[in-house]
Amino acid sequence: MKIVVCIKQVPDTKGGVKFNPDGTLDRGAMLAIMNPDDKAGLEAALRLKDEYGAEVTVVTMGLPKAEEALREALAMGADKAILVTDRVLGGADTWATSTTVAGAIRNLEYDLIITGRQAIDGDTAQVGPQISEHLDLPVISYAKDIKIEGDYVIVQRQYDDGYHVLKAKMPCLITALSELNEPRYMTPGGIFDAYDAEVTVWGRKDLKDVDDSNIGLAGSPTKIAKASDKVRKGAGEVKTDLDADGAVSYIVGKLKEKHVI
Amino acid sequence: MDFTLSKKHEMARQLFKDFAEKEVKPMAQEVDETEHFPMDNVKKMGKYGFMGIPIPKEYGGQGCDILTYVMCVEELSKVCATTGVIVSAHTSLCADPILTYGTEEQKKKYLPDLASGKKIGAFGLTEPGAGTDAQGVQTKAVLDGDEWVLNGSKCFITNGEVADIYIIIAYTDVVEKRGRKVKSFSAFIVEKGTPGFSFGTKEKKMGIRGSSTYELIFQDCRIPKDALLGPQGKGFPIAMHTLDGGRIGIASQALGIAEGALERTIEYTKERKQFGRTIAQQQNTQFQLADMATKVEAAKHLVYKAALKKQEFAEGAKVSYSVEAAMAKLYAAEVAMEVTTKAVQLHGGYGYIREYDVERMMRDAKITEIYEGTSEVQRMVISGSLLK
Repeated sequence: MKIVVCIKQVPDTKGGVKFNPDGTLDRGAMLAIMNPDDKAGLEAALRLKDEYGAEVTVVTMGLPKAEEALREALAMGADKAILVTDRVLGGADTWATSTTVAGAIRNLEYDLIITGRQAIDGDTAQVGPQISEHLDLPVISYAKDIKIEGDYVIVQRQYDDGYHVLKAKMPCLITALSELNEPRYMTPGGIFDAYDAEVTVWGRKDLKDVDDSNIGLAGSPTKIAKASDKVRKGAGEVKTDLDADGAVSYIVGKLKEKHVI
Repeated sequence: MDFTLSKKHEMARQLFKDFAEKEVKPMAQEVDETEHFPMDNVKKMGKYGFMGIPIPKEYGGQGCDILTYVMCVEELSKVCATTGVIVSAHTSLCADPILTYGTEEQKKKYLPDLASGKKIGAFGLTEPGAGTDAQGVQTKAVLDGDEWVLNGSKCFITNGEVADIYIIIAYTDVVEKRGRKVKSFSAFIVEKGTPGFSFGTKEKKMGIRGSSTYELIFQDCRIPKDALLGPQGKGFPIAMHTLDGGRIGIASQALGIAEGALERTIEYTKERKQFGRTIAQQQNTQFQLADMATKVEAAKHLVYKAALKKQEFAEGAKVSYSVEAAMAKLYAAEVAMEVTTKAVQLHGGYGYIREYDVERMMRDAKITEIYEGTSEVQRMVISGSLLK
């Protein structure tokens, strides 16, 4: 079985968000991590590899430094890594991104494509389903469990109050939730091997069946009017299981913990 | 000369940091309080290769370098010194001498299980009457046919009861040297469960309380002839060389403790208010933190330098890293003690309370000045190289 996993390097929002003057994210200025939903998708692929045997290829589009996320994926156990990077691809919205990634995937053999549900920087949840449209594949989104049965995948699709069980013939595309699993750690030896491994780098010319009008900032129908960091506010805490005395000692305990009293 | 870590080392550090924060830190207080050996985490570390970092891949290890191993012990010790010493004793004092002195057969037999954490390693040199003075060792091994017969006891053995494979130093002969009778030592690999090998008392310690520190007892313990590690009569240099490596592990542990205490203190002083402002805004605090950070950084350079020197040896260069290891251990241990003491002081009354990590860290720091050669022994090693 051949699995392609699409990942994205995203700013670690814990480290603060910074913008370019045009309103797009200044990715170079922020700490970067592998998007949590994508990491769960990678872990799902690696578990399928452990259980059924598979070759796992990770693909990302991004700045040259997105190579770090690919090496992390290799250190976790992925077999191949492809970085799609080119100046003309910059500033892409979900449409241009999905067009680009689909153009890269057309060069690959696959039975299954796994993407994360959504990225923590954009929260659109559009790229995965759009890739499936470009490639004319069935899509199952919000996967919380994935099993393989012959040529079919059986997936539990998460809903607010339950889940659907869906069966689809491969090849198909699945979008994964971070709740799907607890991703494995890398191993030290895996990291050393990942830095000895080759990361394939593709540019615009390597994309298959992609029109110039659908890539980069120019090919993006979405225009950002204004962007701002959200005002941070503590989530607060609601306690409903305390009586009056319990509530007082809980509050006093919290104040002591914060050295207020 | 380059003080920048390579990208792969940066990623390895991030891995150890993530693991330490997520898996080890939440357990640290309980491990200390209950003297509970963190076996679940040791098994997890085995699964992810932390128990075999510098062991070559051909023997089931990770095939990484000494610096990576050092950073692992350092990051673990930032949050739990007990976990740090478990990895250090296992790797430096048991796997390393087997890798360095073992026959091909011994390496194939023991290293894969040690590297995967399936088995835990320990090292026994110290005895009630012999610590720094190795000639005081009373444990004796006598060859009887195809077996060595061990008699004696070892004390203060790290990973004592939880280990499966032990490197034991015993005397095998008494020889005449410069007109004096001196003991000649040999090293042995002893497996748990061998008849005649049992455990004595568990030590109750000031710090690193989750580490399993036991007395080992050998009573007519018969081990096969090929359990001899390295040549007969070379046990003393093997033990000393093993301890050189062990000191780099302990230096990393001490460095981690100091860094952990400094991090906690920075966080705390930025929160704690006195006289209407945070104590971090008081110049005394600022100067104390500056001194602590500078010493931690100096310790880190010594520890990493020792790691790089041992790496040269591991790659086949005929170099000694004894002095570098002694300097790193001496300095990092004293810095750990000083920094944790200041950390407690800057925490004020809270620093004396068990709920706060620095209280544990100060207790944990003390042992780094004592085991695997006291600070005094490190000074002997260093001055010995200056005055020879």
